[in-house]
Amino acid sequence: MDIKEYIALSLILFTIGIIGVLIRRNAIIVFMCVELMLNAVNLLLVAFSKMHAISPVAKTSLTYASDAQIFVFFIMIVAAAEVSIGLAIIVMMYRNTHSIDVNFLNRLKN
Amino acid sequence: MNNVLDIVWLIPLLPLLGFIINGAFRNMLSKTISGFIGSATVLASFALSVFVILQVKNGNTYVAHYFDFINIENIRVAFEFKIDPLSSLFLLIITGVGFLIHVYSTSYMHEEPANDFAKYFCYLNLFIFSMLLLVMGGNYIIMFIGWEGVGLCSYLLIGYWFKNNDYTNAAKKAFVMNRIGDLGFLLAVFWLISKTGTVNFDEVFSPATLNKLTTTDITGITLLFFVGATGKSAQIPLYTWLPDAMAGPTPVSALIHAATMVTAGIYMIARSSILYSMAPATQAVVATIGLATAVFAATIALRQNDIKKVLAYSTVSQLGYMFLGLGMGAYTGAVFHVMTHAFFKALLFLGAGSVIHAMSGEQDMRNMGGLKKYMSITHITFLLGCLAIAGIPPFSGFFSKDEILAETFAHNPIYWGIGALTAGMTAFYMFRLYSMTFLGRFRGSEQQQHHLHESPAAITVPLIVLAILAVVGGLVGIPEVFTHGGHRLGEFLAPVFEQTNKYVSSHSTSHELTHQTELVLMGTSVLLAIIGIYFAWSKYSRYERREETNTGLSRVLDNKWYVDEIYDAVIVRATRSISVFFNNIIEKRGIDGVVNGVGKTVNYGARQLRWLQSGQVGAYVLLMVIGMLVLFIIQLFL
Repeated sequence: MDIKEYIALSLILFTIGIIGVLIRRNAIIVFMCVELMLNAVNLLLVAFSKMHAISPVAKTSLTYASDAQIFVFFIMIVAAAEVSIGLAIIVMMYRNTHSIDVNFLNRLKN
Repeated sequence: MNNVLDIVWLIPLLPLLGFIINGAFRNMLSKTISGFIGSATVLASFALSVFVILQVKNGNTYVAHYFDFINIENIRVAFEFKIDPLSSLFLLIITGVGFLIHVYSTSYMHEEPANDFAKYFCYLNLFIFSMLLLVMGGNYIIMFIGWEGVGLCSYLLIGYWFKNNDYTNAAKKAFVMNRIGDLGFLLAVFWLISKTGTVNFDEVFSPATLNKLTTTDITGITLLFFVGATGKSAQIPLYTWLPDAMAGPTPVSALIHAATMVTAGIYMIARSSILYSMAPATQAVVATIGLATAVFAATIALRQNDIKKVLAYSTVSQLGYMFLGLGMGAYTGAVFHVMTHAFFKALLFLGAGSVIHAMSGEQDMRNMGGLKKYMSITHITFLLGCLAIAGIPPFSGFFSKDEILAETFAHNPIYWGIGALTAGMTAFYMFRLYSMTFLGRFRGSEQQQHHLHESPAAITVPLIVLAILAVVGGLVGIPEVFTHGGHRLGEFLAPVFEQTNKYVSSHSTSHELTHQTELVLMGTSVLLAIIGIYFAWSKYSRYERREETNTGLSRVLDNKWYVDEIYDAVIVRATRSISVFFNNIIEKRGIDGVVNGVGKTVNYGARQLRWLQSGQVGAYVLLMVIGMLVLFIIQLFL
């Protein structure tokens, strides 16, 4: 498959993520959208890694061109850790405010 | 007694001490004590001055150097005194007349509260100190300190009754007018320093230094010094402060505005005589301004009704004579006139003070008259003063005025004609003053008439002493025509003007008058004076007050030639409208506008930007996204 299709897909996912973050007020949905954006970028990273692996430049390189394939797993692990913290925050938020509406946090302003 | 010269510093120091004591303890001292301190310090200075003048009789000059006043790079100004016949003569006049006026003041100011009384004496002593510094100073800078000091004291004393707004304004006017002149003095000193590097009299007047100066330099320097003199000595165009200065107590007018301070300009020019003789152009200016002032002030004095105003304009006129003399190179004559004028004008002012005292503060001559009966001592001494100023022989004014006029005739007969005519006018207005005050019928109120009395001894004794001086003071300068070697003042001052006279005689033809011409000149001026006296006597000895509307010239004279109004329109109002313009447009719109504008812009901008900080997380994210999009667009398409 051509790289352009991967780019288009990840762009669509990323945009969905942004729009979700901007228009939804449910903290869990917002959080999911953030993850969606993260994974859109991950997808792009993997796609580019694959593209470079078959290019002639990569074969002469000392490092193997599929490094990024492994790197993505690191990102996913970090993201998983982040998710656990994020969910913990949301749980604490729910306990305190009995709501998971992000706009409800406006009161921090004052 | 050679050691007297070693303690000349005591002469100015004693009045300064009086000033400090009276000034510091004015709330504690009784009137008797503060009056005593004020008078005694000046008397002590007078005694020292007598010894000093005996020392310099033979033409000795004594320069006392105390310490370096300014010492930078190659300019060295020492604090030094120069005692020679000229300065010692002024010392004698200042301390002598000053002492009499201090004594007079103890009685005249007696109705003041004790602390004001002490304040008065403290100012008076400070004035004497400054004036002594002015005449004793051995260089232009020390002279300038005194020059400024007397201006300050004049301001303080004119505004002595500072609760009266008019008096305060008169004081301010005097101060500002003096400052204009002082600027000229200062510029002259700067010019002198830049060309010669010294201000010491002996060094400046030495031939080596004079050779360094071009004609332009000398003319410029002398003209600027003369500007200083016109301010201090009330000459056209800066004379208008002197008549207003009459707002001060009468003894102050006698001391500062008649006998001493206003003669500072004459002293300064006489001191710099060599410079002036080397600048014929300046001399012509000095003579012309002097003569113009003499005539101009005399015409104004003809129609004044305030007894002190007449004397004030008379002072301006007499000062004009002195400058005429200086301009004609008659330095001795001018100094002689300073001396005799100090005697008779102080006498006239103090006499007027005595009259005002008796009239309970009334100064309008139209409400006086017939005072001869009530105040015999004041009357006789005043009459002697009038005869002296009118130039009737053998009173003092005759000799000094005649010397100036004779010298004038030798140089310029037209100037002499105008000068002699002014002498006639002087006689007229002085006897108009005398007749309106002392002759005829009393025109004041019943209450005033009841209150009329001769003044106490503290007032009459100074009057008598001054009257004697005014009568015999001229005898030190009897002209050559009458007795050979009679001009003792001329001989006394000869060493001071020796250099000048040598220069003049080597650069111009001699102007010796024959004795016959001189006698004719004297006869003419005396005749004019007698005519003036006769007219005044016939017109005013039976003066009755009547309402009359004046027209033409007399109205112009009543309004003093409208000089104050012209100055007001041309200078004061122009300055004020410029100030108003700067205040309203430049200051408020321009400078304030810029400053306030910066503040307002920041304030307004912040008010608008504040809305970005909404506190909505979504809004922040949106902005972040927009920002990123903008960056993308810039990156990709631009």
